[in-house]
Amino acid sequence: MAELLYFGRLTDVTGTDTERVALPNKVTDTLALRRWLDAARGWDGVLTDPTVRIAINDEIVPDPSPIAESDRIAFLPPVGGG
Amino acid sequence: MFALLQTSLSPTDALADFEQRINGAGGVVSFVGYVRPEAHGSDVIGLSLQAYSPLTENGIAAAITEAETRWPLKAVSVLHRIGDMAAGDPIVFVATASEHRRAAFEAADFLMDYLKTDAVFWKKELTQAGAVWIEPRAQDYDDRSRWDADQPNSRKAPAHVRNQ
Repeated sequence: MAELLYFGRLTDVTGTDTERVALPNKVTDTLALRRWLDAARGWDGVLTDPTVRIAINDEIVPDPSPIAESDRIAFLPPVGGG
Repeated sequence: MFALLQTSLSPTDALADFEQRINGAGGVVSFVGYVRPEAHGSDVIGLSLQAYSPLTENGIAAAITEAETRWPLKAVSVLHRIGDMAAGDPIVFVATASEHRRAAFEAADFLMDYLKTDAVFWKKELTQAGAVWIEPRAQDYDDRSRWDADQPNSRKAPAHVRNQ
C-alpha cells in the first residue's frame, strides 16, 4: 500500500489529507498515478493539473517518476507563505 | 537560524534575540509580515498555515544558505508561523545583519521573495465571505524572478553594472 498525502486546496476535493492505496499493476509512475486517481475518483483534473507537483518520500520529482507500494507520495499545489 | 512556530511570534523578542548575535555587524534589516485584516473586500477573520516537514524546513535552510552565498552576512533569522492565526497577528519575521546596509537590505528582500513564492506552505484565509486558499500573485512571482541570473534586471548583475 502506498501512502498518499494531499495538501492545501487539494484536500477540499479529496476530503482527506492522507490515505493508503493499493496501486494497480499498470500504475508504475507519477503520471499514471495522477491520471488513474483523477479518473477513478472523478476529481475532474485536479491531480493532473501541471501546477500540482509530486514528492516521493519527501523529495519533489519530475513526471514521470517511478513509484512503488512502499512510497510516501505527496501531491503539492502551488506553495507560498509570508 | 530559522524556526517554524506553532503558537505565537513576537517580533520584538525576535529582534532583541537577533541583536545578541549579529557578530559586530554595522547594519541590521528586519521585516515583519502580518495577517491582513481585509482581503478581496471582506473582513479577514483568520489565516491557517500548513507546512510539510521536512520539505518546508529543508527549503528554508537552502534559501538561507543561498542568501549567505550571495551576500556577506553576519547573521540571518527567519521565523515563520504555522497553524491558526488571527487578523493582525505576525506571520513572518526575517532579519539580516551585515557589515554594510546594502547586503542586509537585499538579502532580506531575497528571503521574503523566496518565502512568498517557493517556501512550502499553504495558506487558507477565513473571511466573512468564506474560506479561500491563497496562492502567490503574479506580482509575487515577478518579484521572485528579479533574483534569477538570466533576468535582464537581475540583482545578480556584475558589480560594475549594479553600481552604475
